[in-house]
Amino acid sequence: MDIEYAVEMRNITKEFPGIIANDDITLQLKKGEIHALLGENGAGKSTLMSVLFGLYKPEKGQILMNGKEVNIKDPNDANALGIGMVHQHFKLVECFTVLDNIILGTEPVKNGFLNKKDARSKILELSDRYSLKVDPDAIIDNISVGMQQRTEILKMLYRENEVLIFDEPTAVLTPQEIDELMGIMKNLSKEGKSILFISHKLNEIMAVADRCTVLRKGKCIGTVDVANTTKEELSRMMVGRDVEFVVQKKDPDIGDTVLKVEHLCVADRHKGLKAVNDVSFEVRKGEIVCIAGIDGNGQSELAYGLSGLEKTTGGKIFLNGRDITHESIRERSIGGLSHIPEDRHKHGLVLDYPLDYNMVLQRYFEKEFTGKNGFLKKKNIQKYASRLIEEYDVRTGQGTETITRSMSGGNQQKAIIAREVDRDPSLLLAVQPTRGLDVGAIESIHKRIVELRDSGKAVLLISLEMDEVMSLSDRILVMYEGQLVGELDPKKTTPEELGLYMSGAKNNLKEGA
Amino acid sequence: MEKTKRSLLKNQGFQSFIASIICILLGLLIGYIVLLFINAEGATQAILVIIKNFFKYPSAGAAMKYFGSTLVKASPLLLCSLSVLFAYKAGLFNIGAAGQYCFGAGICLYCALSLRLPWFVCMVFAMLGGALLGIISGFLKSFCNVNEVISGIMLNWISLYTVNTLLAPVKEETSHYTLNIYNVNTDAMLPKLGLDKLFTNNQYVTLALPLSVIVAIVIWIILEKTKLGFELRATGLNKNAARYCGMAERTNTILTLAISGALAAMGASLFYLTGYEQWSVTSSSVPAMGFNGIAAAFLGGLSPIGAIFSSFFIQHITEGGAYVDKTKYCSQISDLISSIIIYLCGFVLFMKTFMNNMIRKSELKKGGNE
Ligand SMILES: Nc1ncnc2c1ncn2[C@@H]1O[C@H](COP(=O)(O)OP(=O)(O)OP(=O)(O)O)[C@@H](O)[C@H]1O
Ligand SMILES: [Mg+2]
Repeated sequence: MDIEYAVEMRNITKEFPGIIANDDITLQLKKGEIHALLGENGAGKSTLMSVLFGLYKPEKGQILMNGKEVNIKDPNDANALGIGMVHQHFKLVECFTVLDNIILGTEPVKNGFLNKKDARSKILELSDRYSLKVDPDAIIDNISVGMQQRTEILKMLYRENEVLIFDEPTAVLTPQEIDELMGIMKNLSKEGKSILFISHKLNEIMAVADRCTVLRKGKCIGTVDVANTTKEELSRMMVGRDVEFVVQKKDPDIGDTVLKVEHLCVADRHKGLKAVNDVSFEVRKGEIVCIAGIDGNGQSELAYGLSGLEKTTGGKIFLNGRDITHESIRERSIGGLSHIPEDRHKHGLVLDYPLDYNMVLQRYFEKEFTGKNGFLKKKNIQKYASRLIEEYDVRTGQGTETITRSMSGGNQQKAIIAREVDRDPSLLLAVQPTRGLDVGAIESIHKRIVELRDSGKAVLLISLEMDEVMSLSDRILVMYEGQLVGELDPKKTTPEELGLYMSGAKNNLKEGA
Repeated sequence: MEKTKRSLLKNQGFQSFIASIICILLGLLIGYIVLLFINAEGATQAILVIIKNFFKYPSAGAAMKYFGSTLVKASPLLLCSLSVLFAYKAGLFNIGAAGQYCFGAGICLYCALSLRLPWFVCMVFAMLGGALLGIISGFLKSFCNVNEVISGIMLNWISLYTVNTLLAPVKEETSHYTLNIYNVNTDAMLPKLGLDKLFTNNQYVTLALPLSVIVAIVIWIILEKTKLGFELRATGLNKNAARYCGMAERTNTILTLAISGALAAMGASLFYLTGYEQWSVTSSSVPAMGFNGIAAAFLGGLSPIGAIFSSFFIQHITEGGAYVDKTKYCSQISDLISSIIIYLCGFVLFMKTFMNNMIRKSELKKGGNE
């Protein structure tokens, strides 16, 4: 009778210490449909998907596949049942190649020997068919987050899974890649695969999903047909209030130069080329400058060079007139540079520390948090963290003592933003700051960034998000193959024109700057 | 009810404890099997002797005395395990603890026997020596990218032969052992604080005993409560994040290994300055104490407080091994059995992961029946 559903999750309840992550949720995935899952950060989306994938055991509820009850004990069972998942934070082996990661667990063997040749051609064929560009021999540690994502997707396709779970796949992709992925998902659903798709981007949900289930604080608010709804209605269901999609800001009041970059070069750590090649620009007080570009054109390396994570190979950096080219990371940070890093797990957080320790990661050595005797002032740390948690609406199970690893991805990101913005920096270097945040949270983070700018601080935003670039920035610099190729005024340009610069087809800064 | 039980099982500290107990039992079992193979007849008695150690003495006085002896050797072991776990928390594997211990022994004996210095000066010099070795490893790691395990092993050998050479002038004429401190320089002997009386006049029970426990507590405080500990643990947990927030990676690596080296060397002086044992200048390997420190660190769940108990236990087993009936077993049997047990103790982390999986599996099973 129920056979129209590929997967049915009935009355799922999953609790964690201090929080009910899933509270009596029922989700029905029709065969061949794309079913979106929407909800605020910490609403319980990843948890629900992890239950389906056998990573968590729910306290209550049952799972049916094709009308029959199944018992999914671990991811191997899920795989055997044809369920594949791309996790929000990838589960790749960092020191293995792309190829090895894809075949891991289903290694092809011929006469007792690993037979990578067939695997390779199958992967290349898949990567070609779905235009998921990867280098099969690159080591995961060395490739961009975008390519890691593509590796994860290929892994599912390689295993020929029937039910595909995408946990925020688009958070790390470029607009072009997102369009491609949307196309891929549509094709896959036409081929009869059933897809569960988590995203915070309402446009994407409107574009590909057939139906959408909305969660709020662990509860199921309802399932709607996407054809009969609007973005506004979805966000209202999700947040419980109206959300403004456009950033409100007054004209910038521009002051002195805060950051000055002259002929900066940064080497590509893995290929020995110049990832950043002779880049010069300025950021002044009271403005938000945005570096736009397609992923992998040197933006990450630029951020590494500015923050000190990577040595620069040429050129100079000045912060408030001081030459910081050869200063250490700590000196730059004390000198007024705040940095929201691109990869929150690699750089941004010590995941196994409690949240309050992560909140003071950039300030723990200050008088307020460490006494003269070298002892930490735990009380002050907790007080400070509690304030940030409150002000930035970071949602946790156990307050300041929550182990950061157990927090939802979006809330981890909010914690980093809180930490970096609250330091009252003279320059905020924000790399993809709203990656993985829900619309409500994005709205409030954008407000924070504009506030920071209005209080006379400089903001350098590196973003792949076209909407964010267009609505938040006062000035756009476009980066292509390690060089700046355009300077645009967001008020006078269009996304199409920006796109041309980003793909290298146009250049209004021919001789560098 | 069910719930409290489950959350107890998931408690980290409790898991470490259970894992340690399981490893101990497993070690004893395998040790027993080996004894059975060698000589089935005496096996049961032999394993009981090992477990009993000093309890085998019927009189309370004698038992107390030999309990004291176990403690005398447990103190240096505790220091070695602190050395290993301190480095481990910062993401470093200090296998060089063995060499640092050896070097510490050499320096404190030289200071005591040749320079005739008082005990605390001997101890301080030994610690400086151990720290120096640590600094060398740390320096090589930070600036030449040499893994601390490699440099540690090399330094182990270097220290052994340096110490043999250094102590050659202060050895007894008729043997290859160093002079007895008791006869040469009583000032260099650790003060007894009346502890010897407590252990039926066991003259070797000294200040070392309370001091080692105090050091363990201090290390715990440093790791948990101070800025230094905050940095070291952050580095151990996520090197990249530590770098991102500007922690001085190189300085911290060197500092960690320096402290680590000083701890191991201090352990050596807490032992050799009791006069319990003399150094053989023909030693062909570094004392096992440093390596056993690794096992003790893991068995103690990588916690300084846990290390107090695990060090005692490992020493207890080692001492017990010495009482095995040598007419039924060859004389190396005690070492063999205790090392089997000790090395199994090193599997605690593995055991913990294994247990976690089991717990999860069983939970999922229950879920299916509901
Ligand atoms: N392993 C865990 N241990 C403890 N609490 C957890 C664990 N995993 C998730 N939680 C908590 O459960 C809640 C739901 O988390 P979940 O990751 O499902 O959110 P989400 O909807 O995916 O959010 P996001 O959009 O930010 O990824 C959060 O409050 C989180 O702190
Ligand atoms: Mg999530």
